[in-house]
Amino acid sequence: MLEAKIPSGPLDDKWTDYKGHCKLVNPSNKRKLEVIIVGTGLAGASAAAALGELGYKVKAFCFQDSPRRAHSIAAQGGINAAKNYQNDGDSVFRLFYDTIKGGDYRAREANVHRLSEVSANIIDQCVAQGVPFAREYGGLLSNRSFGGTQVQRTFYAAGQTGQQLLIGAYQALERQVALGNVTMYSRHEMLEVVTIEGKARGIIARDLVNGTLERHFGHAVLLCSGGYGNVFYLSTNAMGSNVTAAWKAHKKGATFANPCFTQIHPTCIPVSGDHQSKLTLMSESLRNDGRIWVPKKQGDNRKASEIAEDERDYYLERRYPAFGNLVPRDVASRAAKERCDEGYGVGSSKQAVYLDFSAAIIRYGKIEAGKEGLANVSEAEIIRMGKEVVKEKYGNLFDMYEKITGENPYEIPMRIYPAVHYTMGGLWVDYELQTNVPGLYALGEANFSDHGANRLGASALMQGLADGYFVIPYTVGNYLADEIYSKAIETSHPAFAEAEKEVSDRINHLMNVKGSQTVESFHKRLGKIMWEKCGMARNAKGLEEAIVEIQALKKEFWNDVKIPGSIEEMNPELDKANRVADFIELGELMCKDALNRNESCGGHFREEYQTPDGEALRDDNGYMYVAAWEYAGDSNWNLHKEPLVYDVIKPTQRNYK
Amino acid sequence: MEHYHMNLNLKVWRQKNCKTKGEFKLYRVENISSEMSFLEMFDVLNEQLIRDGDDPITFDHDCREGICGACSMYINGKPHGPWQANTTCQLHMRAFKDGDTVVVEPWRADAFPVIKDLMVDRSAFDRIIQAGGYISVNTGNAVDGNALPIPKDDADASFAAAMCIGCGACVAACKNSSAMLFLSAKVSHLALLPQGNPERKSRVMNMVAQMDKEGFGACTNTGACEATCPKEISLTNIARLNKEYLFAGLTAE
Repeated sequence: MLEAKIPSGPLDDKWTDYKGHCKLVNPSNKRKLEVIIVGTGLAGASAAAALGELGYKVKAFCFQDSPRRAHSIAAQGGINAAKNYQNDGDSVFRLFYDTIKGGDYRAREANVHRLSEVSANIIDQCVAQGVPFAREYGGLLSNRSFGGTQVQRTFYAAGQTGQQLLIGAYQALERQVALGNVTMYSRHEMLEVVTIEGKARGIIARDLVNGTLERHFGHAVLLCSGGYGNVFYLSTNAMGSNVTAAWKAHKKGATFANPCFTQIHPTCIPVSGDHQSKLTLMSESLRNDGRIWVPKKQGDNRKASEIAEDERDYYLERRYPAFGNLVPRDVASRAAKERCDEGYGVGSSKQAVYLDFSAAIIRYGKIEAGKEGLANVSEAEIIRMGKEVVKEKYGNLFDMYEKITGENPYEIPMRIYPAVHYTMGGLWVDYELQTNVPGLYALGEANFSDHGANRLGASALMQGLADGYFVIPYTVGNYLADEIYSKAIETSHPAFAEAEKEVSDRINHLMNVKGSQTVESFHKRLGKIMWEKCGMARNAKGLEEAIVEIQALKKEFWNDVKIPGSIEEMNPELDKANRVADFIELGELMCKDALNRNESCGGHFREEYQTPDGEALRDDNGYMYVAAWEYAGDSNWNLHKEPLVYDVIKPTQRNYK
Repeated sequence: MEHYHMNLNLKVWRQKNCKTKGEFKLYRVENISSEMSFLEMFDVLNEQLIRDGDDPITFDHDCREGICGACSMYINGKPHGPWQANTTCQLHMRAFKDGDTVVVEPWRADAFPVIKDLMVDRSAFDRIIQAGGYISVNTGNAVDGNALPIPKDDADASFAAAMCIGCGACVAACKNSSAMLFLSAKVSHLALLPQGNPERKSRVMNMVAQMDKEGFGACTNTGACEATCPKEISLTNIARLNKEYLFAGLTAE
């Protein structure tokens, strides 16, 4: 059932060969071919812009009031590219290797190599669009380090790289809107995929302002709808980020791959109370200069400033001397959890560790003093100068931290704790980013393909833009070339009517429950189950319990949810109910997938499977495959396995020591 | 940091849609933690309203970390509330004390019609960008990113303008509902970079024309926009916009 369609030939040549041989569509035919794009983050906006430029008729949908608000905008740290501008040993192969290793050998070699190949083009494209990346005094682009690598290949724009890249893609998209190649549907949510004779042929979307259901035809449908981290309720995702588009596709036959692969980001602002609605990330780039530590003494209640240097345990530097504070995210998160579980946590909740910039401030202060040729500088002056440097690098992050916590991180170390951030799993796609439903594609975080069991920092932006700007324009053309004979199908076709009726029935059903519990309360309960039993550490017993609890929650939801207002108006509670209903079903599948995978790899840590020193213990003989789940009715899935074949890289136990 | 709890009286603008008349309604919330964000306090209120069988208050919000630009509440007479350089979602309840009355309204501007309650339609901003807020470069044509050195100061100044989150607080703060700060941020972002040079004149002319068409008011340099901007976009951008516009006009063929 699952044919990955990986081109033959040597790894280095696959993408070039593919591009040289894929089918093309001539310009006059492109004008007759319609493409639907759901979601306008980096993947969706870049795809819409690129396909619009080629001359396809594009319809793009987003649930926000403007495509510029998609959650890609919140990405902070940077975007990787194998430019080797630093002359520090980077190459396409090195980025490919780091990504495969970082993903704990659970990603497809051919896809990752292609990602690495096009990474350099992304930077060039963004510069041409006017993305104001950070630069050195000589006018050239600046780089910094990110976790899981030993080279400096991350391009950035202060702590707002995602914003700048998204604005670049958004502007390219709006240019196509102005030229008439893209029609933009804001405040619209996709609620069903329409399939005709096995092919994706359109969607049912709901206008969120007035509640009307709309039918839209497309020769191909591209889902660029992001990840599903909000299944945990608390995550660094935006409030509106949801799995609905992907889940509808799944229920229409698209397999969902590796749903249990969730990234828990090590450096987030800790939970402060039950009122919390979301968690805020503090960029991984901070680990370039911040040192992570806890007191050496358990239950130490002293202030950070009262704990002397030799009473501090810089546990990442201690455990992983080669990578230190820049180990990959999964490793750093588990290490923080381990310290807190053992009673070394800090802050009032004891569920936090310190991220300390004092050493960096002094180091930078001394460099500045040296630059200015100052001798006998007082320590206060060095600190002042050092703070200026740190401010330039991370100012917006420090401000954000202070606004949320009321504490000044220039003076006292930040308190941080891991939080759900990204989902490596997603719709199964082949080399062409096509799901197993012909004509239905998934790009960016919505697909599963490039990050294996753990994503490296600064690689999400890279993948979103690679898929949208440089991959899909070729691969969708290869499909559409055979569609030039297919005329646009009228949306009066019975398949559209039927799909619309399904959506409308479901919405009516939800509104008619008229129960007593709010949507939010169900979402919170789901999140609690997921975090406790399918979070940073999982075990068979917990996962089995979680499945039972989620099934019960689902029943309760459909019998007792309370949604105010009506259908034919702006009704955010109804929108949320639609999404939470899908999250509940997804949660069950995630637990099922985690239970099936009797090994630990990357972000998936099964407590039963660990090395004596607490590292993830893979089982390459048993689980070197992509677990792609086919929906088979209520709480029922069939597992399909796509074996992962490593032709070039030899999988080993990941070692960051 | 000392944490505390508070009871508040809220006076919130309610409006069913753009065709009906709106009004202020009074609500009370109790036992609000000073550690909550302002929107989390609204979550508490909305949960309370739903449980009581009332209609919850509709407002735009998404990332809740101050970058998406969705949130847009006019709090006690100021867009995004009392804190400097801040968005509504990043405003925290320690800004208030027990017993306070807080007045919350939507952005008010002809070009931003109310959709419901505190939610407004800001699509005019997208149309201003469509008029020229981009560099016309198709995908795949780019030269090497380092082929064109850009002085760090120029890149930094461009970035400072490009930080605009398109929230519309500048319009809401302006007595004329002018969109000049928003527009000037985009014109500056692109005009400060060599890549933006070829379309410099047409860009500014077309974007200004679109702004006027959308019904935004004129700029009278009061500086209320700069004072309220969550990203501290500087008024000098408006000066640069005027310069660009004048130059484009004078050299037009």
